[in-house]
Amino acid sequence: MRAVITVTGKDTVGILARVSTMCAKYQANVIEVSQTVLQDMFAMIMMVDIDQINCELHELVDIMRTEGEKNGLVIQVMHEDLFNSMHRI
Amino acid sequence: MINSKEVLETIHMIQDQHLDIRTITMGISLLDCADPDIEKSCDKVYAKITRLARDLVKTGVDIEKEYGIPIINKRISVTPISVLVAASGGDPVLYAKTLDRAAKTVGVNFIGGYSALVQKGFTAGDRALIESIPRALKETEHVCSSVNIGSTKAGINMDAVAWMGDIIRQCAEETADQNCFGAAKLVVFCNAVDDNPFMAGAFHGVGEGDVVLNVGVSGPGVVRAAVAGAPEDADLTQIAEIIKKTAFKITRMGQLVGTVASERLGVPFGIVDLSLAPTPAIGDSVAHILEEIGLESCGGYGTTAALAMLNDAVKKGGVMASSRVGGLSGAFIPVSEDAGMISAVREGSLGLEKLEAMTAVCSVGLDMIVIPGDTPSEVIAGIIADEAAIGMVNSKTTAVRVIPAIGKREGEELEFGGLFGTGPVMSVNTFSPSKFIKRGGQIPAPLQSLKN
Repeated sequence: MRAVITVTGKDTVGILARVSTMCAKYQANVIEVSQTVLQDMFAMIMMVDIDQINCELHELVDIMRTEGEKNGLVIQVMHEDLFNSMHRI
Repeated sequence: MINSKEVLETIHMIQDQHLDIRTITMGISLLDCADPDIEKSCDKVYAKITRLARDLVKTGVDIEKEYGIPIINKRISVTPISVLVAASGGDPVLYAKTLDRAAKTVGVNFIGGYSALVQKGFTAGDRALIESIPRALKETEHVCSSVNIGSTKAGINMDAVAWMGDIIRQCAEETADQNCFGAAKLVVFCNAVDDNPFMAGAFHGVGEGDVVLNVGVSGPGVVRAAVAGAPEDADLTQIAEIIKKTAFKITRMGQLVGTVASERLGVPFGIVDLSLAPTPAIGDSVAHILEEIGLESCGGYGTTAALAMLNDAVKKGGVMASSRVGGLSGAFIPVSEDAGMISAVREGSLGLEKLEAMTAVCSVGLDMIVIPGDTPSEVIAGIIADEAAIGMVNSKTTAVRVIPAIGKREGEELEFGGLFGTGPVMSVNTFSPSKFIKRGGQIPAPLQSLKN
């Protein structure tokens, strides 16, 4: 199973590091990252493998959201199937 | 692999265009709860609902979180209670209170099925139930009621039509201190469907299985945004195509959520209802889609044609996206729940007559319409009869959910709040149909051949 993590907010030093550290802490394996900085807005989409995570997915959703709020970022974790079902037949 | 454009499109739909799953509704058969003793019967009803739906809300909340798609309502529909009343006798309101209590216990916001199907005649259970509707809706919070008074195969039971005109008035009067909300929890149907997940008209048909999970999707905001993104010179063929593709994406969400929820609950997946259900939120309006297609205001000429196209395109896209489609499936036009409809009524562009015409081409009927408090019951019955005739002749579901605003007149408004919105009191033609309604009897079923 995979999940999509999206991160948006004002660009600061260490966003990617912070999010990847969180992923490592909960055993979510980062498969792919794409990121852009438009003016000073940071936007990142991360695909992670969640087969081995050491908490429930809905817990990870809350943990990442709270971590984002602490740092002025919006971090969303969503199950990959949502996107697959909408965009793939 | 999903690309970032697709990820952003989905997130944009959810965050900015109000894409959501409007409801997951568990249909529960109560046929095995029938008992000659009404108290025993109620106990069985309570036990069965709270056993089967125990995890419904939690499952909904979990899926909502994991997938990141809001599931607005978790609800229950049950076998028409008139069937149980027929077996047990006694005061039907006891059932309403039992359903209310069960709804509170499992945490759903509405439970539908305080219903009777009387298109061809009344049983003793039907009579007792219909008579009790105003009291049941006054004394409960979560219970919704519906009565089917006609069908293409049976014709229209005009005795029931006359009676329901009166019952709707009573519901409003009994709850006058709560914005006449009782009447908003009651729907009168022609050709009611057995697997509708939407309130207030949901009930679990007697031909359905023991328990089933139905899903209602929503997404007027997404469709409007897609139409808005079309080239300025796009013709209607292209617009229909855009709507179809968008409806496909919306419905896939419903299919996914329904499949996951039914697996987790161990309940068979029923249907996805392909309805565009608006909310009073800005940007979540069916009227605004019609205006985006090219009307100055919903209600003007062209509205019926644009709505017919929208309704058909939504179904075509949705059918492809889901393995099982059912329920009401079409665009809803509930006036008080749709920001665009509300402003169209306030501006004088949308009236009851145009709404009636619109119901001939879309799901489902005259919905959430506030009428003057002094509208006589025969006039309400006349509205029901006309709407039922449209459904009967066109082999489609039609319904009436009007709310007489006790003590208010045209120009004033009734504020329900939340998803139910605000209803401007609409003008009603009050030339009396009294003699016609009082004749009673049955309008015979229409001929279904010799259509030339």
